[in-house]
Amino acid sequence: MTTNATEPGESNAEEESIAVDTSEKQGKHPVLYAVLIALGITVFLLVAVELAGGNSVLIINGMLREAISPQTAAVAVAVIGLNVHFGYTGLLNFGQAGFMLLGAYGFAISLSRGLPLPLAILVGLAAALVFALVLGAPTLQLRGDYLAIVTISAAEIIRYTGRLAKLQDFTGAAQGLAGSTYRGAFTSLSFLPGGGVTWDPLGWVAGKVGLGNVGLSLSYQATGVNGWWVRLVAWALVGLFTAGIYLLFRSPWGRLLRGIREDEDAIRSLGKNVFAVKMQSLIIGGLLGALGGMIYVLPSSVQPDAMGRSLTFFMWTALLLGGAASIFGPVLGAILFFALRILIKGSAGALIPDSIMNTQNTEAFSWIVIGASLMLIVIFRPQGILGDKRELRFSV
Amino acid sequence: MSEQTAGLSSMAEPQARLAVTQGIDRTPGAAKPDPILEVDNIVRKFGGITAVDVGHLEVQRGIITALIGPNGAGKTTFFNLITGFDRPTSARSGAHWSFDGRKLDKTSASSVALAGMVRTFQLTKALNRMTVMDNMMLGGRDQKGENLLFGPFWPAWRKQEKEIEDRATGLLQRFKLLEKRNDYAGSLSGGQRKLLEMARALMSDPKMIMLDEPMAGVNPALTQSLLGHIQSLRDEGMTVLFVEHDMHMVRHISDWVVVMAEGKVISEGRSDEVMADRAVIDAYLGAHHDTDLGDDDLLKDDSAMEQLSDEAAAEEQDKA
Amino acid sequence: MLVLAPMLMTIGASSASAATLCLPKQGETSCISGSIGTRSKPYPGVDVTLAKPDGTEETVVSDDTGKWSFAVTEKGTYSVRADASQLPKGINLIPPAAAEAGDAKDSFRIEINKLGASRAVILQVRAEDYDASTNFTDQLMQSIVNGIRLGLLIALASLGLSLIYGTTGLSNFAHAELVTLGGVLGYAFIRVLGLPMIVGGIAVVMACGAIGWLQDRAIWQPLRRRGLGLNQLMIVTIGLSLAAQYTFQYFIGAGTVKVELGTGDVANIGPVVITYRSMGAMAIAIVMILIVGFALLRTRIGRATRAVSDNPALAAASGIDVDRVIRLVWTVSGALAGLSGLLYALVVSNGIRWDTGLQILLLLFAAVTLGGLGTAFGALVGSLIIGLVVELAGPLGAPGDLKYAVALGIMIVLLMVRPQGLLGRAERVG
Repeated sequence: MTTNATEPGESNAEEESIAVDTSEKQGKHPVLYAVLIALGITVFLLVAVELAGGNSVLIINGMLREAISPQTAAVAVAVIGLNVHFGYTGLLNFGQAGFMLLGAYGFAISLSRGLPLPLAILVGLAAALVFALVLGAPTLQLRGDYLAIVTISAAEIIRYTGRLAKLQDFTGAAQGLAGSTYRGAFTSLSFLPGGGVTWDPLGWVAGKVGLGNVGLSLSYQATGVNGWWVRLVAWALVGLFTAGIYLLFRSPWGRLLRGIREDEDAIRSLGKNVFAVKMQSLIIGGLLGALGGMIYVLPSSVQPDAMGRSLTFFMWTALLLGGAASIFGPVLGAILFFALRILIKGSAGALIPDSIMNTQNTEAFSWIVIGASLMLIVIFRPQGILGDKRELRFSV
Repeated sequence: MSEQTAGLSSMAEPQARLAVTQGIDRTPGAAKPDPILEVDNIVRKFGGITAVDVGHLEVQRGIITALIGPNGAGKTTFFNLITGFDRPTSARSGAHWSFDGRKLDKTSASSVALAGMVRTFQLTKALNRMTVMDNMMLGGRDQKGENLLFGPFWPAWRKQEKEIEDRATGLLQRFKLLEKRNDYAGSLSGGQRKLLEMARALMSDPKMIMLDEPMAGVNPALTQSLLGHIQSLRDEGMTVLFVEHDMHMVRHISDWVVVMAEGKVISEGRSDEVMADRAVIDAYLGAHHDTDLGDDDLLKDDSAMEQLSDEAAAEEQDKA
Repeated sequence: MLVLAPMLMTIGASSASAATLCLPKQGETSCISGSIGTRSKPYPGVDVTLAKPDGTEETVVSDDTGKWSFAVTEKGTYSVRADASQLPKGINLIPPAAAEAGDAKDSFRIEINKLGASRAVILQVRAEDYDASTNFTDQLMQSIVNGIRLGLLIALASLGLSLIYGTTGLSNFAHAELVTLGGVLGYAFIRVLGLPMIVGGIAVVMACGAIGWLQDRAIWQPLRRRGLGLNQLMIVTIGLSLAAQYTFQYFIGAGTVKVELGTGDVANIGPVVITYRSMGAMAIAIVMILIVGFALLRTRIGRATRAVSDNPALAAASGIDVDRVIRLVWTVSGALAGLSGLLYALVVSNGIRWDTGLQILLLLFAAVTLGGLGTAFGALVGSLIIGLVVELAGPLGAPGDLKYAVALGIMIVLLMVRPQGLLGRAERVG
């Protein structure tokens, strides 16, 4: 303890007063909520179909595409990392996009310079590891909002640095690195057919059950730049990390994290090295962020401005929507976040005449709705869809 | 608990404790026959105000020592300092303290706990959003599963987890919390949370337990049982140091009393002696000197204690 | 990817060209064009020579508006130079920066990687009596003045951020949106509705104050009563900030809107060039800061505010209406932030964008953290430091946007050394 940041024994009346809403013994089952939300969406869609006709098929198709997009998977991985930070440990990391960007840079630059894939992944991870150590060392002993301010600032520093014209040869400056310069090593691993082979499982199923062409299709190249191969790998990784995190959190280590989230001083008084554990958490979540960044740039390019504060805030929204401190919350949140945005944008575009809201306006409108929903979720349902209200993770 | 199985310690006998405390000088900072904690030159300033300024203090092993003083005397700050939760202003100018022969000058709160000196907090730090059992499990020390590398692999820690759980069950039983084991700690009453915190502290098998106002906010019915628990810990051989501002609570269970006022140790002695001390009365009451601090007829069940005190007083007179 | 779309606005400038003289054609022709001098003072009749990758050269003469252009049909490295001897006496060409220089020191290197693109080269001139060493100190002076200007404007907003943090403990991530709001309302009142500057400015300040009042009334007070934790509230402000930004974008689009065209007359004070409008803005900022400072130190409500900052429970117990103080703090903070945004749009960024706040927010946080979270005067000191750092970073060698990074970096370093900030108290009594 070197600072005044925490004051043990200091009275904190608020802490006592929020002593959990325990009257509600067993929170309503999350599945029930999921079903209710699905029902709501369906009703909304039916109304939309009535009002908008053919547009609704387009919208649903767009939502589906967005839901399984490799970048949604990438964000899901990064959100799993954020869940380690915030959901389980209570760390306010507002620089998760910075971890992603570092991972992406390390990965893409190494690959474009001819390093083998495993080494490139290690370089990206190492960059995130160093970032976590540098950020964590001074701030993890301070009050929580210091970490928030430092992480958000440090992530911006990374982005500004990446954009530097002087680093043109390295990071590609503001234009970033084109995917073609690093993607090869990944696509060449594909065991799916290459070339122009296109798969459309949804259309295939629709044909088999006799629906014919209803307009729903998910057709992508099997390998290609942004095809099934990258989707397969991205979602497999999401599954892998979800399982890994599950194992970690049912362990005594996970219990320790939750204890720290609840009250660091209590844990300290029990002889645990709180700083080390928080640092481990920061590193694990940061590494997941870096991996998310690598997946994120596989089907596209490394764009420093695509991994700025906005992306961090979207990830927070996704996490809180899905439910912090829950195993599947991050994944559900990421999928819903992107799919619902298409729904909002699409329905606004279809239902509201252009004279009132043009295309650019619907785009802005969808973000306004997202911002407002973030506020509403945090106020009225801080545990999100899958979280447990009894272990509401907002410690004061 | 190893103490439980080991049976009662020699300090379970009132006479034995009396024999120990009798030989101690009554000056503040007096030397003890077998000190477990020794503190030197601890100063803590907040801005211009000196909250704690303790020149020397020793805590005798195996007995209950009460640290009392009026509100704002610096008791809790002193507690925070010696448990590593705060750093003395005098850290670089001669602040020393050692526990059980081990120097703790620059030690973090967690290492202090690992050294065998575990504390509780004035405002109970039960982890409200975790179950009672999880609270207890966190108390277990040297857990392999708390290592990140072993965490995901449950065979590595399953056996130890079982042992810790058995131990936790035993302690919960002792503190009558067993039926609450799966409840969230936030659903317990204030007194139950105090008990839980104490039980959790005992999970690590400490040599000394430091209780910060254990009776604060606890209903009177539970107070007696809490006091009983504290005494039985002592009887099993543990050293107890607790902070309290209410003198009446202190006199029945403490073997030795240290009085702090305005950051300094102003008096030490057995409870009856201390309560008759002019300096102590001044510190507590300011101008209202006529009230007798020792006079509390409300509590009847301490006749034995009174008797002992009288005997002690008589012996001292003999010596003089 | 959808996420990219709104964020890529800033990329992709740099290819403006004098298309009237040369027409690029995809895959066939690229244009290398530019002008000598400025629009207001062009230099016609100067020979401009293009050295081609194959070693040949081509020469054109700049036209009446100072423009020149070449059409090229080969990819490769070109270089352009102008004949300085044909410029009027006493006028010289500014040599290219090392990174842009061609083989000869006075030539500009141009890479044509793709036919069809156009490249612009601006050949800048300066007076011959120019001296590089004095220029550096002049530049420094100019940057210091700009830095103080930026610092004062940041201070207006960060004072409010700091007061809100002090009285409620809330890190308000939506504070910079109040700044943007000031600029946007300035655009609406002054440019669109055509109100005179003074009237419009007062209207902006009042409207932003009202929004501040309303925010507390409608959102923050009810949430405080609900007992939401600070972290929870902080995330609510992030949601609010997102919603507000895109509301601005909804109404003013993704580009820059100007509160007023032009920047007004310029004064030369020694080596420093500054618009009268900038001086006015700085004066207004100083006066406002003095008023707030006086109010905090000398008035009853100011003392009450400081008491609430120190210890809300104690303040409430001693008869201060904490909610009223907080309401007032929100109102004043809103008004100050709005004023800051209006002035910022007028004299610093020459216009306002929907995401201007996003840029400013971190500077505000850096200023407030640097000075010491929750101390009003710390925020003032922090703001001036941040303003100076941002403006001085360029001349002292930090390229491009890195000047913001430098400001943030300094904040992080300070946090490591002195977590309580420059003026924060090291520890509380208790």
